[in-house]
Amino acid sequence: MRVGLFIPCYVDQFYPGVAKATLELLEKHGVEVDYPLSQTCCGQPMANSGYERYGKASSELFMKNFGGFDYIVAPSGSCTLHVKDHVLPKEENAPKIYELCEFLTDVLRVNNIASTFPHKVGFHSSCHGLRGLRLAKCSERMDPEFNKPLSLLKQVKDIEMIELDRKDECCGFGGTFAVAEEAVSITMGNDRLADHTKNGVEVLTGADMSCLMHLQGLIKRQNSPIKVMHIAEILNGNPVE
Amino acid sequence: MKTQSHAQAAAEFIKDDARTHWHDETLWHVRQKRDLSAQGIPEWETLRDTASATKDYVLSHLGELLEQFETNALANGIEVLWAKDAQEHNEHVYRILQENKVSNIVKSKSILTEECGLNHYLEDKGYDVVDTDLGERIIQFAKQAPSHIVLPAIHLKKQDIGEIFHEHIGTEKGASDPKYLTEAARQHLRKKFVEANAAITGVNFGIAETGGFVVCTNEGNADMGTHLADIHIACMGIEKLIPRATDLGVFLRLLARSATGQSITNYSSHFHKPAPGKKLYIILVDNGRTEQLGREDFKNSLKCIRCGACMNTCPIYRRSGGYSYNSTVPGPIGSILSPGKDLKKYSTLPFASTLCGSCSDVCPVKINIHEQLYKWRQVITENTDVDASKKLAMKVAGYTFGKPVLYDLAGKMARTALKITPDSLVYSSLNVWGKHRDLPDVPKESFKEWYQKNRKS
Ligand code: SF4
Repeated sequence: MRVGLFIPCYVDQFYPGVAKATLELLEKHGVEVDYPLSQTCCGQPMANSGYERYGKASSELFMKNFGGFDYIVAPSGSCTLHVKDHVLPKEENAPKIYELCEFLTDVLRVNNIASTFPHKVGFHSSCHGLRGLRLAKCSERMDPEFNKPLSLLKQVKDIEMIELDRKDECCGFGGTFAVAEEAVSITMGNDRLADHTKNGVEVLTGADMSCLMHLQGLIKRQNSPIKVMHIAEILNGNPVE
Repeated sequence: MKTQSHAQAAAEFIKDDARTHWHDETLWHVRQKRDLSAQGIPEWETLRDTASATKDYVLSHLGELLEQFETNALANGIEVLWAKDAQEHNEHVYRILQENKVSNIVKSKSILTEECGLNHYLEDKGYDVVDTDLGERIIQFAKQAPSHIVLPAIHLKKQDIGEIFHEHIGTEKGASDPKYLTEAARQHLRKKFVEANAAITGVNFGIAETGGFVVCTNEGNADMGTHLADIHIACMGIEKLIPRATDLGVFLRLLARSATGQSITNYSSHFHKPAPGKKLYIILVDNGRTEQLGREDFKNSLKCIRCGACMNTCPIYRRSGGYSYNSTVPGPIGSILSPGKDLKKYSTLPFASTLCGSCSDVCPVKINIHEQLYKWRQVITENTDVDASKKLAMKVAGYTFGKPVLYDLAGKMARTALKITPDSLVYSSLNVWGKHRDLPDVPKESFKEWYQKNRKS
């Protein structure tokens, strides 16, 4: 099994700790991971802004870097979805891309997360992972319940998962939406936070660092005591900083 | 005049924080009612699949189904008229009113007549058109357009309605008791019903097999109007067809639950032929629909049954209000229908979304709304003169991301710049991100740098 690690550009630049946790977590579960050094960005920012055509060079580069792997794993639902829908060729033997949590549950079938995390944790269910990759059942659909990230978090010792009033409402990040529609984006983010605060969340986590970056920006500005961690950091046993 | 972008209109709406949150809560409540009621149907997802497949069939056989409908409707004694656009539709209505010497008109809720601007057209010709759906009547008094396709006055609080009624039908000043206000409206409308000699209605489902049609209302106002008046004019978008009467069950179960969480709309009235001595007309309206049908990527937006669920679930709509979309059909579905009508005017609508996908998952006919939003974005940046600075930024970003060395360098420079630039500059008014949000702390090295040192040496 040849596994390539894809670390999205903003995680590489701003959240190297999340990338390290992802790498360590995969290694702990016996995966030999390769990280191609000439990787950059999947092209999602351009594509979602309506400039898919300007993302051509990064798509080609992506295929050059990752075309030879069986699996590509990334700690970000939205980038994974973009690659899956718009970058990878729709061919039988093309590499398959997995978001970290679904790789752990569906491919590795992990049931022995060894970490401990004695905190009240709120999970932010990022939309592209939720409704694009189907990491969990969304509240709109009437299918049987399942939730891949939560099934992993539930294996963590001493963790207390908090139920939210609106369990899968969007946080309002949406890439360039966060800037282009600033007023709505901020209102949505603050409403999301209010739900976590109201229900006593100490650590807010999720499987997409971009939404977490938006929420963390609001948390810091408000001097809220809530901490933000990517799910890889909790599963890897990192302490709260 | 340059039309206001969705973002600008939304920012205006959001200035009233309390009202924004009230609006959000109210619609979320409707969404929750819908969830509860859908949970009671074990075969919900199968119903959605069936409805979607039926509508796919309709769209791919529209021509022959319309002919079948016309043949059967004519045989039933219904007069069938065709309108290629809004103007033709309005002219048909006017001619019918003239021919039948109609003086008083009642109308039950129809987004199609709203789309065609029928009220204004007839008012200009001297008619007083009375909307009889309570919500519609309220906004008609207030000289506003519907802000939602199912709940047209959802943006108004009961106090606002009290004010409007006080001014127009003389209720007590300051009264806001819904029971009192509804009773006043009932008395007022009753008089209008009795006086009317023509009733105009929309159509929820036209049935090709029988040549009949179904109109759904919660207040029974379509029935009141059509039973009392001698002339019934039904206005129907050509996409509203279903093939057989047996298909109805699927759609009626989905429609009411998706719209308001009710198991069925209070009145689902079937019209098949004119009552003795009365006249029944149906106008089949295109108004851009065949054009949309010809757009492979966007044609299944025509599957819409106008339940409004995508609006109630949309986190943007809930916080920006219906008027921020500046189109007859607002919200997610409006944002994929409107650009087909006027790409320039509605160029910001497909961007008024985080592409969260909730609209597509709530939609009873499974329209891939968020994917179409994505596709419209690509069309819009190619065909309209959108923001030149954004275009340049995207071009530069695209170029940089294609070259690993450049990317590494740019990342390093950005991190250094953020580290050494004073906060007053980073958080200047030019930085929209930083107005209400902090930027992430800047790490001393990127992951790639760390990896090269620690894993590749
Ligand atoms: S697009 Fe779907 S959810 Fe939205 S109004 Fe139409 S049928 Fe309802």
